[in-house]
Formats: sequence, C-alpha cells, structure tokens
Amino acid sequence: MSAFWSAWVTVITLAVIFGCTWLLFATRRSQPHQELTEETVGHSFDGIEELDNPMPKWWFQMFVATVIFGLGYLLLYPGLGNFAGLLGWTSTKQWQEEMAYAEENYAPIFAQYASLSIDELQLSENAAGLRIGQRLYANNCSLCHGTAGTGAYGFPNLTNNDWLYGGDETAIKHSITQGRMGAMPGWLPVLGEEGIRDMTHYVLKLSGREHDAGSADRAEPQYQALCAACHMPDGTGMYALGAPNLTNDIWLYGGEFGQIAHTLRVGRSGVMPSFRHLLTDDQIHLITAYVTSLSRD
Amino acid sequence: MSIATDHPTYNYKVVRQFAIMTVVWGIVGMGVGVLIAAQLVWPALNFDLPWLSYGRIRPLHTNAVIFAFGGCALFATSYYVVQRTCQARLISDGLAAFTFWGWQLVIVAAAITLPLGLTSAKEYAELEWPIDILITLVWVTYAVVFIGTIMKRKTKHIYVANWFYMAFILVIAVLHVVNSAALPVSPFKSYSAYAGTIDAMIQWWYGHNAVGFFLTAGFLGMMYYFVPKQANRPVYSYRLSIVHFWALIATYMWAGGHHLHYSALPDWTQSLGMVMSLILLAPSWGGMINGMMTLSGAWHKLRTDPILRFLVVSLSFYGMSTFEGPMMSIKTVNALSHNTDWTVGHVHSGALGWVAMISIGAVYHMIPKLFGKADMYSTKLINVHFWLATVGTVLYIVSMWVNGILQGLMWRAVNEDGTLTYSFVEALEASHPGYFVRFIGGLIFLSGMFFMAYNVWQTVRSGSSVAKAEPEPAAQTA
Repeated sequence: MSAFWSAWVTVITLAVIFGCTWLLFATRRSQPHQELTEETVGHSFDGIEELDNPMPKWWFQMFVATVIFGLGYLLLYPGLGNFAGLLGWTSTKQWQEEMAYAEENYAPIFAQYASLSIDELQLSENAAGLRIGQRLYANNCSLCHGTAGTGAYGFPNLTNNDWLYGGDETAIKHSITQGRMGAMPGWLPVLGEEGIRDMTHYVLKLSGREHDAGSADRAEPQYQALCAACHMPDGTGMYALGAPNLTNDIWLYGGEFGQIAHTLRVGRSGVMPSFRHLLTDDQIHLITAYVTSLSRD
Repeated sequence: MSIATDHPTYNYKVVRQFAIMTVVWGIVGMGVGVLIAAQLVWPALNFDLPWLSYGRIRPLHTNAVIFAFGGCALFATSYYVVQRTCQARLISDGLAAFTFWGWQLVIVAAAITLPLGLTSAKEYAELEWPIDILITLVWVTYAVVFIGTIMKRKTKHIYVANWFYMAFILVIAVLHVVNSAALPVSPFKSYSAYAGTIDAMIQWWYGHNAVGFFLTAGFLGMMYYFVPKQANRPVYSYRLSIVHFWALIATYMWAGGHHLHYSALPDWTQSLGMVMSLILLAPSWGGMINGMMTLSGAWHKLRTDPILRFLVVSLSFYGMSTFEGPMMSIKTVNALSHNTDWTVGHVHSGALGWVAMISIGAVYHMIPKLFGKADMYSTKLINVHFWLATVGTVLYIVSMWVNGILQGLMWRAVNEDGTLTYSFVEALEASHPGYFVRFIGGLIFLSGMFFMAYNVWQTVRSGSSVAKAEPEPAAQTA
C-alpha cells in the first residue's frame, strides 16, 4: 500500500484507540463520586433518572488492559499500515514454516514406500503403506468418489474395474497428477428430437438392454458417423479420450432412458482436478496403490 | 385521564402495528428456523422442492428474524421510546405509516423472492436491488421521523436510549447503501460493485456491523428504556453510558475483519479486526453493567415480575456473547472455531438470548400501555414463556458449543503420517446428535412464541379497560 494509505490507516487506527482511552480517562477524572451514590445527574426522561455513579473500577481496568494488549499486538504484528511489526511475522511465512515442518516430518514416511511397486504394496506385509494410501484418499478423493470409492452421480466408481482413462499405474497416476477433462458434446442440433430417441434405443441395444429394434436400426448409421470416433464402432469406448464403454451397463450419468437421452441432447462435461500442487509424487504413488486395491478384490 | 387507545399526545398507532407484527414475524422467522434445523437432522424434509431447499430458506430465516422480527421490535420500541422520552409526538403520522407499510412490503418481498432463489448472495443482504432501493427509502424516512422527533423534543437533553437508536439508524443506512451497491442487469439480477477480497471485506464490514448496530446498538437503546422503566429504578451510571456508547460505536466499525481470519485478506486488516474486537469487550460490557446494576435495590422484583426476568436474562446472554465474541476473534481461537457450529451457537446466544428476549420483554411491557389495558392478560403465561425461552436458548447454545468444538477438533486431528484423521463426513455424522438437540431447543423457543401470541391476543381483545390509567406525561424536570 502507498505511503499515503499506510499513514491513513495508521492515523485513524491510533486516533480511535487513543480517542476512546482519552474519553475513558477524562470521564474518570471528572467523576464527582468515587463510591456508589444515590445522587442523579438531574435528568428525567419519562420518569427515568440517571445516577451519577462512577464507572466500575474493574471495568475501567479491563478496558485499559485490552487497550494495552491491542497496542502491544500492533507493535509486534503487522496492523498499522505498512509497519511490519517487530516480530516480522506474516501469514505467508507461517504457512511456509508449517509446510516445511510437514515436509521434514512426513515426507520420509511416504518415501519409504516409493521404491515398492504398486503390486508389492498390495501384499499384506506392506499393509501399513496401503493404509496411508487410504487416509490420503479419504482426505483428498472421498468427497467426490465416496468413502468406499463407489463414486456418485457424475463421479466414477473406482471399485468396478471399468475405467474411463485406463486403470494401470501410469493412467491412474496421470489422472491424479494432471487431472482429466471429459467432454461429451450435445447432439440435439444435429440429431433432432426424433434422432435423439432413436439413438437412445441404439445405446440401450449396445449394452444388451430392452430396446426398440426399428429405432436402433435407424440410428446405427448415425452412430457410426457421429459417435464411433470416440466410443468406437463396437461401443467399447476409448481410454485416450475418456469416452465411456457403452456396452457394460455401467453409467456415469444414469442409465434410465431419459438420462441417456438427456446426455445425448445436451452433452456432459466432467472434471477431475489436478492434484500435482497438493500432493507429492510419493503420496500419489500410495493413493494409486490404494485405488488399485479397490478393484482387485 | 384517557382510557382510549389513542393517546392524546403520542402516535401509538404505528407503535401498535409494529408491536403486533413483531410477534407475527417472530413466529414466522423462528418457525422457518426450526424447519431448517429439522432439515439438518432429517434432510428429506426439503421434500425435494427447490423452494424448500436449505440454501434458499436459510436466508429467509435470517432475514425474517433479524429484519422482520428484530426490525419491527426496533421500529416499535424506538417510536415508543422517542416519543415518551422527548415528550413529543412523531413529526409526521404519514411518514411513520409509510415506514410501517414500506417495511412490511420489504418483508413480504423477501419472503417471495428468497424461496424463488433470487439472491444477491451477500449474507444478511441477500435481497435483490429493487428491494434494496425500497429499504433505502423506508430507512431514510425512518431517520427523518426519528431524528425530526428528537429535534422538536421538549426535554433539554437527549436520553441515552435515543443516542443508541440514532447511531443504529444512521450507521445501518450507511452500511446498507455501501454494501448493496451493485450493477443491475435485470429486474431480479445484479452484480456487486466490488470484486474479490474487497467484496468480502465490504460484506463483513457490513455483516459484523449489522450485528453491532442493528442487533447491539439498537437493542441497547431498547434496554436503556425498558430496564429502568420496568424495574422502576434510575439508570446505574450516566458516565458509564457516555464512555461505553462512544467507545462501542468507534470500535465496532473495525471488527468485521475477524470474519476473514486466515483468508486472502491482508495480514494488517486481520490484525486490526482482532485488536478492535478485543478492545470492544469493555464497551460492550458497559451496557450490560448499566442494565444489571440498574436493578440493584430492585432484585426482589425478579421473583414476581417475569417481564423483568426476560430483560435481566437477556442482559446475561448479552454479556456472555459479547465476551465470547472477542474471544473468538483471537486468531488462535478462531483457528478452532471458524466455520464450525460454535459460530452458529454464538450468533444464537445473541439472537435468542439477547435480541429476542429483550424484544419479548419490551413488547410485554408496551402492549398493555398501547392498548389501554392495566396489565397483560396473564402473567402466568409470560412466566411459562420465559422458561420456554430460557430452556430453548440454553439447549441451542450448549448443543452448538459441543458440536463446534467437536468439529474443530476433528477437522484438525492428524495421524502420525500427517493425514487428517477424520474425513468431513465423519465430523458431520458426529454432529448429528447435536443437530437434534438444537432442533429441540429451537422448537421449545418457538413454542413460547405461541404462548406470547395468545397472551397478546387476549390482552388486546379483552374488554376490561384500564384499571390504573397511565398518567399524563409528567412535567419536565431537566
């Protein structure tokens, strides 16, 4: 902040604190009674009178104590404009110290599992590592993917071996580190309402569910022209683009007729955020081991 | 001697209207509060209807209890007090009537737009810009009526209650206009004039002073009239009232930063928010001391007078929450309490214990006088109401303390590997019993309001006229 605003803040702050203190002391000095009195100051409002009692001593002392504390705090910590305070404390510095503490104390704990492979971490002798992975998962992932990893509407289930972007170590680590952006465009302008209905029947057919054969047949050429590029001609999806497999009856946004039609009509977009600034490689390694364990049982 | 409800000197009509609506909006606002408290215990109670979803009716609850219930209580008592302590009729019956109908319109507009999801998303200032303009018009009129009446007072001095009411009216005008400044894009949508951290700071400068000037200064004005009047004792210390008044309004202005501890707000702003909040302790307690000590020599009246009991217990809760507030503003304490139910409990020890109880006491005091009756219909029912209100408040506060500290500790607990011990949902599950107790507490408090409504209704309609009619205003002595 500029020198002007710094002075502005400082002057007004101190004026308020010293102004209140002056009023306190001036009023106390002019008190005619030092003990309790039944004398009034002579006003009467609707029958209410006011006694000329002194301010309670303990209250006066408490007031002074808070002022002294306040001034002391403003001397030690940043508060008066650009004055940094004698301690040199800043919230950024405090945060950096806490991060350094965590790095020093916790990083070695994660590091001891870094040399173990994902497969080795599944072994019972390394159960402690997997437990750490579980805790990291609970802290960072469970809000969307669920405490048990079973996902939620719009958030993939991690326990069923159906992967949008692949389930091997590299793919999972990539998902966590870089994040993912899934985008399904809306097709209503292209297909029209009738085309959407037909395509919905075709999608039902892909997963072997009850459907109208005529509608599905009508939609097939459109599917091969518009959808197969991502979902593949046989509907088994594609890891590279995160295009879901349509043949296994697992649905990220619901498998009801209306839900599928809605997906076709307006599209979907899913975001997995990147965790590279929140988690270290060693932590991501343990989370990957834990996530892998969810679908292995 | 007049037994008619039309006072020869004063405009009691607008006071009667606001006093009755205080009871009505109290029931509505607290009723919505009990509903959202129940939704936190049984989420299915939103019935999957958007208009009943928590996010939409929580602001309806806060607006209804603060601005409808609290606002009507402040309008009623300030108009009553200013006339009686200035020995002057309100300067304009027409303008006073405009404030009543205008304020009711604001409340109805809030009750319609908030469930529809129309909101500016600023806490305690959610109403969209057309309603904000109406509030401004009503508020400026209120200031004109109130200050105009003070200017033509027949007393030499201005009574301390009126200082507080004036501070409340003037500061709320400034807060409302500055915080609600926005760019409208349609009749129901606007964008705040501020961005980012500045927006947050303006919001909490407003938010905390809404507490400081609406819910504290305004109600201290109420306290300064109704406590000495009901106790029939002189105010304890005039000098104390001067010091604590000026110190209170000077330091409260700065305290808002404590809502944004450990945020992107610059360090110096956070420090000032904390320091000023701590210095605020003594000025806040000045009001409690002046109210409590006014009763010295009249403590025996508490045994027989439940109205006085309401007033005294409200001061106790006031003292407790104004101690708790500065403590919670200390950054180290705030690190534990922030975002937990402790904050909710703190607000309600102020809202239920202080604001509601003193308003209820004041309304019980005024109703017989406004409607030309000797007393309330039933003192016994006031007593029942008192116990329901007290028990309800205590259950509410205690459950939120337990929940708040529980959440604060669970959120910060770490395992030996630095991971958090509990996921968010585990802390939420642990809070469930507390939510149930809070719901019960709120329900008990609300049930008391129905006793009040019945008692007021019976008092107003009862044929029995005044037994001891009010004396004419005594000749001025000062």
